[in-house]
Amino acid sequence: MNISRRMRVDLQLIGDLVTPGSRVLDVGCGDGSLLAYLVASKQADARGLELSMAKVRAAVSQGLSVIHGNLETDLKDYPDGAFDYAILSQTLQATHSPRDVLGDLLRIGRRAIVSFPNFGYWRIRWHVLTQGKMPMTPTLPDRWYDTPNIHLCTLRDFVDLCRDMNVKIEQGFAISSADRMQPVDPTGWIANLFSEQAVFVLTKG
Amino acid sequence: MTAELPKVHQADPSDPAFGPRVTLTAPLVLQSGESLAPVTLAYQTYGTLNAAKSNAILVCHALTMDQFVCGVHPVTGKRGWGEDIVGPGKVIDTNRYFIVCANVLGGCMGSTGPKEINPTTGRAWGLRFPVITIRDMVLAQAKLLDHLGIEKLLCVIGGSMGAMQALEWAVRFPHRVYSVAPIAGSYRHSAQNIAFHEVGRQAIMADPDWAHGNYLEQGSVPKRGLAVARMAAHITYLSEKALHQKFGRRLQNRDALSYGFDADFQVESYLRHQGASFVDRFDANSYLYITRAMDYFDLAAENGGVLANAFKGSNVRYMLISFTSDWLFPTEESRAIVRALNAAAANVSFVEIESDKGHDAFLLDEPEFHKTLQGFLDGCAEMRGLPKRGPL
Repeated sequence: MNISRRMRVDLQLIGDLVTPGSRVLDVGCGDGSLLAYLVASKQADARGLELSMAKVRAAVSQGLSVIHGNLETDLKDYPDGAFDYAILSQTLQATHSPRDVLGDLLRIGRRAIVSFPNFGYWRIRWHVLTQGKMPMTPTLPDRWYDTPNIHLCTLRDFVDLCRDMNVKIEQGFAISSADRMQPVDPTGWIANLFSEQAVFVLTKG
Repeated sequence: MTAELPKVHQADPSDPAFGPRVTLTAPLVLQSGESLAPVTLAYQTYGTLNAAKSNAILVCHALTMDQFVCGVHPVTGKRGWGEDIVGPGKVIDTNRYFIVCANVLGGCMGSTGPKEINPTTGRAWGLRFPVITIRDMVLAQAKLLDHLGIEKLLCVIGGSMGAMQALEWAVRFPHRVYSVAPIAGSYRHSAQNIAFHEVGRQAIMADPDWAHGNYLEQGSVPKRGLAVARMAAHITYLSEKALHQKFGRRLQNRDALSYGFDADFQVESYLRHQGASFVDRFDANSYLYITRAMDYFDLAAENGGVLANAFKGSNVRYMLISFTSDWLFPTEESRAIVRALNAAAANVSFVEIESDKGHDAFLLDEPEFHKTLQGFLDGCAEMRGLPKRGPL
């Protein structure tokens, strides 16, 4: 299994958060780079769900356990507590009902690890303020009409949702544009302003 | 004709060209409740079993295939049905794995079936042969593996009816399989599947030469009935597009329509050839029994109507593969299995391969399919501690 290629910074952080030997479901696993890392370095029982058939084939061809499916319809098939971790990286904002997806992740996994782009990041605010146009950044590279992201949120929005759903935030991490990551108080305004992406470890409250 | 083809053997399983056979003296208790004894299985092996006996793969053949996966077939003289995928350095690499393929129970290539002699009567079984099921086929295969001293298989791989056997293996003997790869299959035969099989069976039974199943004793062969059964079935193995691309409306050896009922069209000629060549290698009663076994297969019904119950607590690794243009066992069938496996939190991979070749794609050169299956197998081998694949 090829794990030599460099992983996306949020995936590396997520990979480090997983306890060795865990059962993991990576929802929207892409070509399986996180799965490969978890299997090789964390001896995890790691499975993936992916919408793109080409990416599924690429992952399965490496010997990874990945199924072709749509998280918005297929997560309901999994039983409660089937995994130690249910991971959703950079995908929540592209789902039709993020609230339901988050609920399913926490039903399937004892913990959920979720990463997403922070719309409260200062560059985004600056872009909208100065140009009056939808922002385009390295994390959000698409134009408004062809972006898959239909439910973008800020860190504080996400924290509000967790509070509404009685979801406990165990850990929060901010990733700045320099690919530096640090633990943050996700409820604070500084994190909301300076995090380009955020990673949360969640449990049911 | 036989003089021109000296290497081609008559379908006589006592001929050494049919390879090894094992006879199980203990009665096999069938799903129907009947007992069958003795049971003989004719099989082929490829590659070498390692000292730890951890590199064995069982390949389960489809309805009209047999144990001759590779090499020259002793009856037809043609290359084995699995040559594209099984062999040295191929997807199922005989340099690494020990491959076993047995003619199914009820078959006609040396295993106990309706064409063989019933030892209690000294006459061919014919319709006195008990109705067998996919589970019975798998029970017999398990006994063969006992005989070969193989406790645990690295993988069970099968397409179509072979996929049914692979699933049955995972459900019936989860402790004896590390992984299974059911390809272009289903957990139960659909109404449409049963309907097509019934057409085939009725074609055979409508042939006077079938003689109520006693044709062997009567010295006749229900060639026309079996040929029609094969023709109808063959259409279901191909996609509409594949059929159109291969033949279109092109005429066969003529420039104009004959205004008669000759094989004007190439597609007619092709089907007639398929039918005619099939009867030389396949037994009509076997066709009845094996199609029946497929019709009876329903893993959900056996488990209170809930397929997921069949897979509860399963530690087996599953790899399901379907093909976009397969309308006999469409992707939705594989997806239903995947959903049930997810509900049981089983370890499952699932890939739908884009192909316009229809159901038969699982037998053909489909690079994406081969790459996927090889990746899965290599992953399993790695996890079972087998040495890595050598340079090709």
